[in-house]
Amino acid sequence: MMKIVVLLKQTFDTEEKIIVTPEGVDEREAKFVINPYDEYALEEAIRLKEKSGGEVIAVTCGSERAQEALRTALAVGADEAVRLDAGELPDDSYVIALALTEVIRPLAPDLLLAGLFAVDTGAGSVALQVAERLGLPHASAAVKLGVGSASELGIEHPAAAQRYALVERDAEGDTETVAIPLPALITAQQGLNEPRYPSLPGIMKAKKKPLRTIMLGELSLGAGVAGEARTSQAGLYPPPPRAAGKRIAGTPGEQAAELVKLLRSEAKVLP
Amino acid sequence: MPRTILVYAERRDGQLRRVAFEALGAARRLAGEDGAVHAVLAGSGIVADDAAALQARGADVVHIADDPSLGSYAPEAYFAALRAAMDAVRPDALLLGHTAAGRELAPRVAAAYGAGHVADVIAIEPDGGDGALFVRPLYAGKAFERRSLAAGHPWVITVRPNNLPPAEPGDAGGRSGSGSVQALVYAPPPLLTAVRGVLRRAGGQLDLAEADVVVSGGRGVRSAAGFEPLQALAAALGGAVGASRAACDAGYCDYALQIGQTGKVVTPQLYIACGISGAIQHLAGMSQSRTIVAINKDPDAPIFGIADYGIVGDLFEVVPLLTDEILRSRDN
Repeated sequence: MMKIVVLLKQTFDTEEKIIVTPEGVDEREAKFVINPYDEYALEEAIRLKEKSGGEVIAVTCGSERAQEALRTALAVGADEAVRLDAGELPDDSYVIALALTEVIRPLAPDLLLAGLFAVDTGAGSVALQVAERLGLPHASAAVKLGVGSASELGIEHPAAAQRYALVERDAEGDTETVAIPLPALITAQQGLNEPRYPSLPGIMKAKKKPLRTIMLGELSLGAGVAGEARTSQAGLYPPPPRAAGKRIAGTPGEQAAELVKLLRSEAKVLP
Repeated sequence: MPRTILVYAERRDGQLRRVAFEALGAARRLAGEDGAVHAVLAGSGIVADDAAALQARGADVVHIADDPSLGSYAPEAYFAALRAAMDAVRPDALLLGHTAAGRELAPRVAAAYGAGHVADVIAIEPDGGDGALFVRPLYAGKAFERRSLAAGHPWVITVRPNNLPPAEPGDAGGRSGSGSVQALVYAPPPLLTAVRGVLRRAGGQLDLAEADVVVSGGRGVRSAAGFEPLQALAAALGGAVGASRAACDAGYCDYALQIGQTGKVVTPQLYIACGISGAIQHLAGMSQSRTIVAINKDPDAPIFGIADYGIVGDLFEVVPLLTDEILRSRDN
């Protein structure tokens, strides 16, 4: 029986309009979703479970609002969910990874899945920091994943592990195939799968599935770790507005000539 | 305050990447006049020219890990080489490119050394005191934040390609040639991750994230063959070809070329959007480009709202004429 932990994060729906004020992002109008890359990770975990059996545990670090994301994870097929309460935690990957490591270690996953990065902060740091702290190898940006014994996957591997993952990963446009012994972290890239939507029976079932909340103080780290942040936000601002551009009129030939002239003399992006 | 900065001088296909020089330029400024900049080169069969190029651009010491296990990129081997360099230099900060490799190595180094990690940095500003502020995009470029790092712990910073000014030859100034080259004590670790093969899909084209010019096609390109005039234009400009999600979803091109919130983020000097409507998903991947040109039949396409220069017209007419115009004016 394989135990799969999926690390996920509730994020702003960045396809929607986001209002930035000096005090922060206006959350009143915002829509919240499971980070799209984490959805790929979650879907892959559920597919692996459906194929070979096992258990899927969704883990997040977030506010009470993030329970919605965990309920969705349970509704699409996760068996259990755990929320580390972010209330006292600073917005810093070092501290969050430290705390999440303590949440995940006792779960002893055979496979840790996460998105390549979260679309809100775009850093892609926490899952890899957790893997480092747990001493797990990783393969990032998976676009295809198979799990099985060495003979099932048709691989030879010196690690002599019980299970392996065979991962096709996106390496800046090239596709690299790697074999990695489990337990390991695999991060999901777009293209790994097409995530499902929760079904009505799934939503009903999710209400009875276990959803735990862990407070920072319950971890052996102690609440003092909240003061150990390595980074902090010193300002937030919207992107500078782009001035309205020029429309270039004329015949296609005239337009092409005028554009080249402007790119050279005005924009100075051509030699 | 003088600092000691270590730069991961990333190579790709046996060559130093431009982002390595951009990180080096940032390192020199962060180090200060009295600080020290170290660079680490990892690979197999590293040529002296690479070390010399780093020294000429301001690296005081170049550390070389040359080992067969570093012949092609493997995260565990390269992580071990970075750790060896961290232990040898004990820097105040490590700078890497925010590339596929930098993105996966930086968090591991941060965790291993209890360091603060700031990813995808597009600018570095003074903070008015001894520190520095690191500017980075949030919410797919819909906001920006300045981040500061706590003193007393190392910093790990990844810099987005094409945003920071690269170190130029001669930047070493009076230091030129005075730097040393040292072999790094590196023992290959047992490799758990075994690379079994690489399928080259980007077709050897210039890396999109590092290209100065990107010519990008959307649904308006209508077919795989429709990308040919875009490729010709990109070739004339020494640039790379990208695509919108719509073009990838329609099967006109490989997802490797996708620019957008999902896909790659590019910030070239010149971005030419051909037949791209300008959905938010796409704008997130290119709106920080320095100069944006839009060519689209639809005068109301949202892409015109962010373009510096707009041409309402048929891309199949305009793009080849543009290619001709560029080739002609260059020959003169």
